[in-house]
Amino acid sequence: MSLYSFGLEPLSCHAWNKDRTQIAISPNSSDVHIYQMNGKEWIKIHELTEHSGRITGIDWAPESNRIVTCASDRNAYVWTLKDGVWKPTLVLVRINRAATCVKWSPLENKFALGSGAKLISICYFEKENDWWLSKHIKKPINSTVLSLDWHPNNMLLAAGSADLHCRIFSAYIKDIEDRPGPTPWGSKMPFGELLLEYKECGGWVHSVCFSPSGDSLAWVSHNSAINVADASQGKEVTQLTTRHLPLLSVLYVSETEIVAAGHDCCPYQFSYKGPGSLEFVKKVDIPKQSSKGNMSAMQHFRNLDKKATTEEEDTGLGSLHQNSITQLCILEGLKAKVEKFSSVGLDGAMVVWDFKH
Amino acid sequence: MAKNTLSSRFRKVDIDEFDENKFVDDHDEAADQQGPDALEVDNLLRQGDTMSALHIALRNPPIHSKNPAIKERAQTVVFRVLTSFKSSDIEPAVKSLDKNGVDLLMKYIYKGFERPTDNSSAILLQWHEKVFAAGGLGCIVRVMTARKSV
Repeated sequence: MSLYSFGLEPLSCHAWNKDRTQIAISPNSSDVHIYQMNGKEWIKIHELTEHSGRITGIDWAPESNRIVTCASDRNAYVWTLKDGVWKPTLVLVRINRAATCVKWSPLENKFALGSGAKLISICYFEKENDWWLSKHIKKPINSTVLSLDWHPNNMLLAAGSADLHCRIFSAYIKDIEDRPGPTPWGSKMPFGELLLEYKECGGWVHSVCFSPSGDSLAWVSHNSAINVADASQGKEVTQLTTRHLPLLSVLYVSETEIVAAGHDCCPYQFSYKGPGSLEFVKKVDIPKQSSKGNMSAMQHFRNLDKKATTEEEDTGLGSLHQNSITQLCILEGLKAKVEKFSSVGLDGAMVVWDFKH
Repeated sequence: MAKNTLSSRFRKVDIDEFDENKFVDDHDEAADQQGPDALEVDNLLRQGDTMSALHIALRNPPIHSKNPAIKERAQTVVFRVLTSFKSSDIEPAVKSLDKNGVDLLMKYIYKGFERPTDNSSAILLQWHEKVFAAGGLGCIVRVMTARKSV
């Protein structure tokens, strides 16, 4: 594990470039900072300053090297690198509430944007007019869309929302792609078709993630639960309620292993082997340092005098992150076998985690 | 405004009622839950079988019911069971519950905290300590996030 600090402001989202030498983060403001790895240090090389609201989502398309950002100013920009400078292009997302999350599709020919306007914008580039257009998925979303994830086939989109539902939609855009074949989640593919709706999530759905094959969908909800829907088992949903604080981000690191993190400040590993078999495996963090040095008598009475306490006071948490973790990202390895993943949190730190299979 | 005029009635206005986009929970049709069987619980308590009484009291909770009287009756039954336990018997009782039972019991405990009566908080705090040890912080989070309560 390695910890890097990017200041004191919370980091709500981050994204990596293709060769993982650059990272885009937002320090809970309207700016995006791009850092370049220099040895073991991160040097800021770009600052993207077009948004007027707090950045809520960043995603970096590795192959086409484009960044999409969205913010609470209801705008989304696609940034392209020209002559060493990132240039913004405004996307017509046509929403009247804050944007909450954004994700490139696997083929990078479109992206999905969730918002508080109870809809998802699927945005794609139209060559004729040289701009980014959007189509809306509205029904039956009833509240803010909190999380999105694309299926590996580039057609299906999973969405978690604040109406306590988790859904899978078809996001097939006939203008730019061929009609897809059937999927384990269903065969109806018109735009906006609802293929899965699970309504007993028990809390806001903070994060959704498809498995590497796309046959399972994991999500975490605010009732401290993690859920998995299995397309190969009649879309059966297995829920595991945990004894920890709510989880905010979930990530598949192999076909069966899931990593999730949230307000408990450290990642947890779960394992899904089939319906009804979703288990907590272990805590992915530094081992607890339980041994404390013996206090001398002088130290004991000095503590009594200064702080009226008889114990050493340490306000740091026994974990690498000192505040909630907001997002997990794949850093190294294939989607089906992740070697390293990264996390950012409200403490302004980014941690790189190694994962042993 | 409140400081200058001492007026604070505006704070009680529910502005969500004026929002045409107001979020409404799903409406469940199953409304025939009557709560736990009070007679059976009373019989078990009279025989001194507090453990079985607890399990019966936690059965068929009025989660989907909209009738306040039914919820009140269920709360009374559960609280009577909780007061019948000796302190040393609380921990084995909590250990005998499954995950859902622990979550449900925590809901009843917090419901009891909402409207304290004589000595009720002391008993509920004893139970809270043991239920929290079994369910962790997640147990409390689920009480707060649940849209339907006992």
